[in-house]
Amino acid sequence: MAVLTYRDALNQALREELIRDDRVFLMGEEVAQYNGAYKVSKGLLDEFGPMRIVDTPITELGFAGVGIGSAMVGLRPIIEFMTWNFALLAIDQVVNSAAKMLYMSGGQFPMPMVFRGPNGSALQLSAQHSQAWESWLAHIPGLKVVTPATPADAKGLLKSAIRDDNPVVFLEGEMLYNTRGEVPDGEYTIPLGKADLKREGDACTIVAHGKMALLAMQVADTLAKEGIAVDVVDLRTVRPMDVETIAISVRKTNRAVVLEEGWEICGVGAQVVDFIQRECFDDLDSPVLRVHQEDVPMPYAKNLEKAAKPDAAKAIAAVKKVMYLA
Amino acid sequence: MAAKVVMEALSPTMEEGRLVKWLKNEGDAIKSGDILAEVETDKAVMELVARSDGVLRKRLANEGDASPVGTLLAVIAAPDENIDELIAGAGAAPAAASAAPAAPPPAAPPAESQGEASTPLEESAQAAPVMAPPAPPRASPQPLPPPAPPAPPAPPAPPSVGANGRQRSSPLARRLASDRGVELSRVRGSGPGGRIIKRDIESAMAAATARPKPAAAQPAKRLISREGDYQDIPLTQIRKTIARRLSESLGPIPTFYLTAEFDMVRATEMRAALKEIGDEFKVSFNDIVLKAVANALADHPEVNAHWMADRIRHFNRVHVAMAVAVEEGLITPVIFDADRKSLSDISREAKQLAELARQRKLTPEQYTGATFSVSNLGMLDIDEFTAIINPPEAGILAVGAVAPRPVVVDGSIVVRERMRVTMSCDHRVIDGATGARFLQALRRLIENPLLLVL
Repeated sequence: MAVLTYRDALNQALREELIRDDRVFLMGEEVAQYNGAYKVSKGLLDEFGPMRIVDTPITELGFAGVGIGSAMVGLRPIIEFMTWNFALLAIDQVVNSAAKMLYMSGGQFPMPMVFRGPNGSALQLSAQHSQAWESWLAHIPGLKVVTPATPADAKGLLKSAIRDDNPVVFLEGEMLYNTRGEVPDGEYTIPLGKADLKREGDACTIVAHGKMALLAMQVADTLAKEGIAVDVVDLRTVRPMDVETIAISVRKTNRAVVLEEGWEICGVGAQVVDFIQRECFDDLDSPVLRVHQEDVPMPYAKNLEKAAKPDAAKAIAAVKKVMYLA
Repeated sequence: MAAKVVMEALSPTMEEGRLVKWLKNEGDAIKSGDILAEVETDKAVMELVARSDGVLRKRLANEGDASPVGTLLAVIAAPDENIDELIAGAGAAPAAASAAPAAPPPAAPPAESQGEASTPLEESAQAAPVMAPPAPPRASPQPLPPPAPPAPPAPPAPPSVGANGRQRSSPLARRLASDRGVELSRVRGSGPGGRIIKRDIESAMAAATARPKPAAAQPAKRLISREGDYQDIPLTQIRKTIARRLSESLGPIPTFYLTAEFDMVRATEMRAALKEIGDEFKVSFNDIVLKAVANALADHPEVNAHWMADRIRHFNRVHVAMAVAVEEGLITPVIFDADRKSLSDISREAKQLAELARQRKLTPEQYTGATFSVSNLGMLDIDEFTAIINPPEAGILAVGAVAPRPVVVDGSIVVRERMRVTMSCDHRVIDGATGARFLQALRRLIENPLLLVL
């Protein structure tokens, strides 16, 4: 297996799907001539030309709408947002057009399209550009929400997202693009809606997705040195959520901590806790705890930003608390 | 030193008691253990026992008075001791506790819902310290280890009880306790606020296993595993459907009846033989039936069961209630672990319990906790009858008279001693074939009563 960056894994997925199906095209700001703001689309303009790799003006609402229109007439667009923070300008198209088109057209217009781009905080991008939107998006019936954590997952899930006949929002991470990991050689896909057990233990279940799955694995490795082996369930897809994998793990460990990058109230973790209490009530030995961003706009100051973000120390403290060790 | 005599909680649920009769007069010399008075609780008439030596200086309650638990009833003191201060406090709030140092105040009863799985007799030790049951029902020559781990070192109140009196425990701890027959009220919680968590159940289980077992082994014929006192069986869809449909037809307990006639020739011979050895070995037909029922139940937990609304509880221990007619009605004292007691123990205990029942002296612990019941009207010349199930028990056996009847044996009509029994079965728990198999086992034991003395 080759070791690739998350960025190159995404690039491979795009390239393979562009070759595989000529209805697939990529559109967004700086995706063509500049090779993408984060270089995810590097080399694609040269290979596929300006009909397949399309630069747009700075008009998120407009090019999201153009993408939806093209999907209505049979293409399979991939719409790149430079970040999901900018996608707020296009949210009406995502939520009111893409997510509802099949339903409101009585099945006449499927929406085989992907909206993708970096999500969540990076470093000192301040309050408006450091937000994790998956709880917003996962709230909407009609959307699938995918949050890969590793290069292998990024590639396999993006290929599945592009082949899916429903609108998929694909949340990458600015801080993830340079991370490396083994990626299987050759053709493979990872089904949407399947979580992945990334660490195995019996002391506690940590449920996480996206960047937080990496944090969870780091926490698991730290705890392992203390003799505490935990399960890490990487959701990979927030919607539809793989409740069964979560439940199997919690029934084994009897306790759970849910990590997420976003805020607490109505967050993804709240939904995970709800599934756990319904599916695993008699298996719980302690209340399920959540680790998340503090309930404030992301501060710009380095020290405050660090304090506001979920981190390993907070996660370890939560695990020990549900194990009644703290 | 002066000691208060207060209205004690003589049953786990008692809140108030009525002083029926003083048995000592003011001025009488009292020794610890003397019976001072008879007190009527919500369930029975019980004895109020002195806990200190001295003279009964003052009686503060009149016969017939009802007093809440904790009320000062009398003062025991030295003949010349000044007790004015003690008496002055009598009108005030009920005394918090007896002054007798050796007797801890009655602990608050554990939460009702936790009581089901308990051995009632152990509760009596906790909740009614002054009780002196005349015949401890567990006075078996081969006492069993109690099911629950020993209580932690004398906690001031039941452990893990929150401010609202509710015991805190995690859902998992509750499930494990129920699966493994651990009584939650006996477990000390190590979680926040005294919450009982998984590790507390595990250490309670470990403590229970570590306790030495009595050398006397249980009968080797046991067919079922005895881990825990009972097993809860989740309702399958078919059981749910049976329960719902049959209750609509005949409810709330959809009862059906199975009648069988047993040959009593060998049982009659055995009785006669035992009586010949000596009067102390005399046993009644009812004793034989009780013992046979107990042994058959031990091998048929599906009949030794309770209907728990959302599940069925199969008991691993066998506690057989026997209906005893008393002046105002009937009461069903329980022979605990009857399958592990000898025929003569059962005979003796049945006699004692019947006598206590007629005197209204049974303690609540002696008439609750049965897993199955037997009602016998044979001595009143009833050939056969149907008895009414005492819920949540799933069955009751109605026993008729032993009488000579013509039967066909090897093709000819002969006269044999016969006895008819009818089992009432809660169809939600017991199916026809299940009940029939139990009666087959019972027939084998009663028609071959030597099996009961093995």
